[in-house]
Amino acid sequence: MNFWNFMSQNRLEIADLTLEHLWMVGMSTLLALAVGIPLGILISRRPVLRKPVIAIANIIQTIPSLALFGFLLPAPWIGARATRLAILALMLYSLLPLIRNTYAGIAGVDRAVVQAARGMGLTEWQLLFKVQLPLAASVILAGVRVAIVISIGLATIAAAIGAGGLGELIFRGLAMVNNSVILAGAIPAALMALAADTLLGWLEKRFTPQLAD
Amino acid sequence: MRTASVIHSNMVIGAHEISTMTKAAAEQTTDPVIEFRDVEYESNGRAVLRHLNLTINRGEILVLLGRSGSGKTTALKLVNRLLTLSRGEIRVDGRDVKAWDEIKLRRHVGYAIQDVGLFPHYTVERNIGLILSLERWDKEKIHARVQELLRLAGLNPDLASRYPNQLSGGQRQRVGVARALAADPPILLMDEPFGALDPLTRADLQREFLSLQQKLQKTVLFVTHDLHEALRLGSRIALLEAGSLVSVGSPGEFLSSLDQLVMKYVEAFGSIEEARGRK
Repeated sequence: MNFWNFMSQNRLEIADLTLEHLWMVGMSTLLALAVGIPLGILISRRPVLRKPVIAIANIIQTIPSLALFGFLLPAPWIGARATRLAILALMLYSLLPLIRNTYAGIAGVDRAVVQAARGMGLTEWQLLFKVQLPLAASVILAGVRVAIVISIGLATIAAAIGAGGLGELIFRGLAMVNNSVILAGAIPAALMALAADTLLGWLEKRFTPQLAD
Repeated sequence: MRTASVIHSNMVIGAHEISTMTKAAAEQTTDPVIEFRDVEYESNGRAVLRHLNLTINRGEILVLLGRSGSGKTTALKLVNRLLTLSRGEIRVDGRDVKAWDEIKLRRHVGYAIQDVGLFPHYTVERNIGLILSLERWDKEKIHARVQELLRLAGLNPDLASRYPNQLSGGQRQRVGVARALAADPPILLMDEPFGALDPLTRADLQREFLSLQQKLQKTVLFVTHDLHEALRLGSRIALLEAGSLVSVGSPGEFLSSLDQLVMKYVEAFGSIEEARGRK
């Protein structure tokens, strides 16, 4: 059975798995944004916290994905459903690029600009929302882009704990020693990653502060 | 009889004018707007400012002169609380800066710095009008005020829609000054605002700043290391050296001072004139 036949015969299942995949990546990314960006902002305001927070995010990044899925298994509520587990693990992996880039983006804002803003009487919140975040937006988006592309790839491994997604086809194909089945999982995942990368690249450009020459 | 009464009324007017003039002059010297009272500032255990006592009166330009590291910028930042003093007291309009709400204080005091720090993601108009929009002015009023400020700062009002990176260095400085004046603060703090400009542009801006100041009657605390700038702009010059105040006085008093450090400072700049003379 060749690849195209397999694709057309199983298109409904492939579409389902693609949606599952998207759901896992989308949810984990949203959660990671909700945690990572505030953490990045926090460590830009409280330098004492910077090293420990980045160190923890670094350590998480070095745990092999299968091991991380295993570690999280005993967690209450989360461990009860494979999808929840996968979402949590993917979120944890997305944290590092988000925290790092949020911090780097804010720290990279010209000191004179921040000083002028404070000096003219902006409150700390106004400074953050009117000046620092808009100027850091493109760097933060670059982090989001990395996080999403990594999660789309990593989410294929979630199938190993029964969370579904396109990884299921890949694992099935490996077991059957059938390249068509592997490709039916791998190609949509790769396309998804490419699409996300392009879309976010475009957004990143749009949010780069006006720099006419 | 008629002529006598005319003369008489003229004399009355004359006397009245003189009395208001002397009153204005007296006010200028006795109406303190910023007062440093025995101010000390330490950073990492190092004394940056020592026992600083200085009064800036309404409507004057007091120039804080000193070499790099003399503490002049620090003194400026203590006034709008970008830094917090270690000991002593600073009063702005008779009130201890610690008693001021920090944000209100900073909006009461305009601030312009050498690197300007314009917001690169905002147009000139938004840069100048930001504080006004935070103060909830309505859009038309902000627009009109920005146009007025651009003209006041010697800029073409058409620049309002430009971004900072589309401006020349001199234009950026002017926008910086316009932004500092936006909410019409009675007090201005200026930290070498013309320091990064070429000498010709700097001279233009200094001249315009003086006439602007005569028009607006702001109280200005101006930091520079440039003696020429200090002599040109200052009503009074205060020399700082290693965190201590060396002397305060009018430009004339400064030049004729017999203080060792003042003479050294004047000499260092005098050598430029000498070099010119030798040519």
